[in-house]
Amino acid sequence: MRAVFLAAACVCMLAVALITLFLLANGLPAFGKIGALKFLTGTLWRPGNDIYGVAPMILGSLYVTAGAVALGAPVGVLTGVYLARFCPRRARGTLRQAVNLLSGIPSVVYGFFGLVALAPTISRVFGGSGRNMLTASLLLGLMILPTVISVTETSVSAVPDSCYQGALALGATHERAVFSAVLPAARSGVTTGIALGVARAIGEATAVVMVAGNQPAMPSGLLRGLRTLTANIVLEMGYAADLHKGALAATAVTLFVFTLGVNVLLSLGRGRRRV
Amino acid sequence: MKAVDKMAIGEMVSETATDKMATGKIDILNLNLFYGAFQALRGITLTAPERAVTALIGPSGCGKSTLLKTINRLNDLSEGCRVEGRVLLDGADIYDDADVYTLRRRVGMVFQKPNPFPMSVYDNVAFGPRTHGVRSRASLDAAVEASLRRAAIWDEVKDRLNKSALLLSGGQQQRLCIARALAVEPEVLLLDEPTSALDPISTAKIEELASELKKTYTIVIVTHNMQQAARISDKTAFLLLGELVELGDTGQIFTAPRDKRTEDYITGRFG
Repeated sequence: MRAVFLAAACVCMLAVALITLFLLANGLPAFGKIGALKFLTGTLWRPGNDIYGVAPMILGSLYVTAGAVALGAPVGVLTGVYLARFCPRRARGTLRQAVNLLSGIPSVVYGFFGLVALAPTISRVFGGSGRNMLTASLLLGLMILPTVISVTETSVSAVPDSCYQGALALGATHERAVFSAVLPAARSGVTTGIALGVARAIGEATAVVMVAGNQPAMPSGLLRGLRTLTANIVLEMGYAADLHKGALAATAVTLFVFTLGVNVLLSLGRGRRRV
Repeated sequence: MKAVDKMAIGEMVSETATDKMATGKIDILNLNLFYGAFQALRGITLTAPERAVTALIGPSGCGKSTLLKTINRLNDLSEGCRVEGRVLLDGADIYDDADVYTLRRRVGMVFQKPNPFPMSVYDNVAFGPRTHGVRSRASLDAAVEASLRRAAIWDEVKDRLNKSALLLSGGQQQRLCIARALAVEPEVLLLDEPTSALDPISTAKIEELASELKKTYTIVIVTHNMQQAARISDKTAFLLLGELVELGDTGQIFTAPRDKRTEDYITGRFG
């Protein structure tokens, strides 16, 4: 029986190892051929001319992720706190259901919603096509909400009541006790929730492709289109060959490194707080 | 024995009526407290004199902590909690006035388990003053130092004010919590079994501190530890099953209890 568990655990390890291996095997040669520095800092992406600079997509990914966190994290954290400490018991179940439902919606459906609802609205208000950094950030902000909300709620609920009562006993109001004593006690959980949101936002492809405009050029403003690393791969993988294909694999490696970076930062942060 | 209780209550009520002023810092008059259908406190009448330590003793579940929490209205948090009777602070009923925040500033509380906030020592002590609107760095610095000194922990933490309070030992954490309570300049200090989670040396420090603090504050302490009650309190109240069995000078309660149940309890026959 033990062997079965071990085998199951190994499947997971093996998958990670294989993905890393194949990604590197396909991507690294392209890094060599194009030149790592040229690839990472190049601002032009012209597969037709064999010019591969991925800097616009790196920035694109970073911008929409930052935008998503800037919009989604405050709303998510406040909603999580509300669910844990303010929400009347009867409404809590309904709200939690809604949050769960939100996390179950496939990203292509989010993309569809972005395309038919968000983008036209943005277009009407600000002009242009409506497929731009702002729309992508909004949509991603919406998509990370369930993660941020549920992790925040869990960690705020897990703070011992003695912390809350301690604040009340000093004459604090409910709000002051929750935001100045309970929330700080839950901050490592809240940070984790936001980091998971970052990971989700940076890795999202389908929904972003549908609303970001996807121009392979340096992002030049909130209301301009941009292309993310994920979109770059999704859009061109279908027909790419030779060095182009390698460059896309190298894009995937770049994305992989970013995601890894988020995870490392996360565990470092956690380790430090535990001391 | 019931008759003695009733007489004691009658005495106090009439005293209050004739003086038109309450007799102590805190006067509890005929207090009943319910959790839903369950009655946790039954007709409690008790006076805690100013600048003295009043100890509440009794077996687990007798209502000591519940009684303590009626004095800063922390019971308001418990669902289905209903209070009848009067709790007077300086003669004014604290249940008449809806401002629990001012009440809790005047009546500080220290809990059974040290509960420092997960922030620096400084921020812990400054929490109360900040809650009540103190913003200037100089005033906060002064309040933090004064409170830590009064709680006899300044020398131990003065070099680590910006370190996390969670790094302190249990005894230090509890004295920090006392400092935190003192920082809002309360008049009354409620101590809910403040040493039950501490080692003997830390316990001795807290007891010493309580004896020092009673020169300035009115202290009500709940304790399981009879020796502790005997050592540090001036008045002792013995509770059993939600009723106040006997209230008197500590010396009298421990040497010549009037009620058989008190005697049985303090001599260790039950509880």
